[in-house]
Order: sequence, then structure tokens, then C-alpha cells
Amino acid sequence: MDQKMSYIFDLHKTLADQNIILVYEGEFTQEITKSVLSMAEKNMDTTNEDMNIKKKVFNVMVECLQNICKHSEEFGSERDDFNTAIFMIGKELNTYKITSGNVIYNNKIEGLKAKLEMINSLDKEGLKELYKNTLSNTELSDKGGAGLGFIDMARKSGQKLSFEFSKIDEHISFFALQSNISRIN
Amino acid sequence: MNNINLEGTEDTPKIILDATNNIFEISGRSLPEDCATFYKPILEWLAAYEPTKKLNFEIKLDYFNTASSKMILDMLTRLEKIKQKGKEVIVTWYYSEDDEDMQEAGEEFSELVEVPFEVKSL
Repeated sequence: MDQKMSYIFDLHKTLADQNIILVYEGEFTQEITKSVLSMAEKNMDTTNEDMNIKKKVFNVMVECLQNICKHSEEFGSERDDFNTAIFMIGKELNTYKITSGNVIYNNKIEGLKAKLEMINSLDKEGLKELYKNTLSNTELSDKGGAGLGFIDMARKSGQKLSFEFSKIDEHISFFALQSNISRIN
Repeated sequence: MNNINLEGTEDTPKIILDATNNIFEISGRSLPEDCATFYKPILEWLAAYEPTKKLNFEIKLDYFNTASSKMILDMLTRLEKIKQKGKEVIVTWYYSEDDEDMQEAGEEFSELVEVPFEVKSL
């Protein structure tokens, strides 16, 4: 094998080891969101996935993808490698793992962390109350968000959200977020 | 008042607001990129509508994103205002059999507005 291309095999192996069934890296738009959703739906249809689990995966995917569309930062042409984000779905025997990663400014970390920790501290009923209160008491933001995305992801997945911030430099960090959906009804 | 009849797409719902035949229905999937712009004409229509007959607003969504849930609540609030003017209004929320998440969503919306509200399995 041409050693210059061995990264392709390495990447393939990593994806297989992590049970990744779909990965998208690049710019995120509504058109891309629709394509990614459609591919994931086809995958779940071919494997005859349970309807309720399929809907939960779809639901969490939409919120995750639209979050990235709405909150992607522009870092300019000098930092072009940070203008893209990554989205992937892993499928294990008992779980779907929906993961995204994007670059954010460090001054956003504190707010995001507080919000995610607050969501993770709530049980099913607490999340329901938070959802209803947020729904009744907030308007859509300039970016078109309802402030409900993470709450909905936590409710639909029925599990805690996992997240990690990896510092890139004094200005920016990589934000990774994962929701797990059980395949056992 | 002009009727509204929008065909559904992969990310927007089918919407019928037909005063002539007294049919008011939203169905399919709702996950538009810009929810506020998509729902603006619908909300304006409902704000201006003065029914002469009983208004049954039927919601048969398979899926909606969180930004759409805000718009659904805004539509329900418009219907609540119509009811406050002394008109007869009922909302029927349909969910696919076994779809607990959509059933629960219907029940939650029913708790947020003062309008007769039925949650039914399709």
C-alpha cells in the first residue's frame, strides 16, 4: 500500500472500531442537515430499527445538527480549519451514540457548562417542568433558537448528556457533546 | 379572507387553513431552518380569523423540532384568543399509536393553554 495514503485505512479502522455508521465533517447548513437525516433514516430503515427508537434518534439528531447550524462561529480564513464541525452516529449493540464537535470561543464555555450541568442534575419530571417553563416564557432568539435544544435532547435520550471542552488556545476550544439512546425498549 | 393551503416538504408541514370548508389542519414534519418566518403568515391568519362556525384545529404532526414547538404554542395562544371572544374552539392532537413522545407532547401543550383539547391516537 502507498504509505502516503495509509491515513485512509487508519480512519476506516477507527470508524469501524468505534462502530460509527455515519460521519459528516464540514460546513453545516439546513441542506446538509436534511441530507444527513435522510442517510441516517435510510440506515435505520434497512436494519428495521424499532419505530420509537428511530424517532428518538431522529429527534436528537435534528436538535444537535440545528444547534451547530445556528451557533457555528466564523473564525476567518486564517483559522479555516476551525470553521467546520463534525457530527457522527455510532451504533452499538444496545445504544445509538450521537456525537458532535465544534469550535467555540472560550467565553462561551462557562455558560454552556452551567446549562448542561443544570440539565444533567434534573430527573424526568424536572426536565419536563424546565421544558414547559422555557417554552412558555421565552421568545425565539435572533438565531431562531428556542433555548430548548439541550433539554429536548436530554428528555428524548432519557440519559445524561456527556460533554467535554478541549482547549485549543487562549481564545478557542473544541466542544464535544454526546447523547446516548438505548436500543432496548 | 384567503385560504392557506401549503404542501408539506421534508422539513415543513402541510398546512390547511380553509375558512370556506371549515378545515384547519397541520400535519407532517416541522423542522424548518427559520421557524419564525415560516409560521408568520399562519400566525397572522389565525390572529385575523373570526369564525362563524365551531373551529376544530387538528394537529397531526409526526415530528416537530424545538423551535417549532414555540410556534405551535403561539398558534394555540391565537386559538385561545378566538375562544376568549366567545367562539367555539377545540384542538385535536393526533399521535401515531405507540408514539409516547408525541402523546406526551400533546398533553403538555394542553396544559399550557385554556382551550378544549383532545389528545387522540390515530
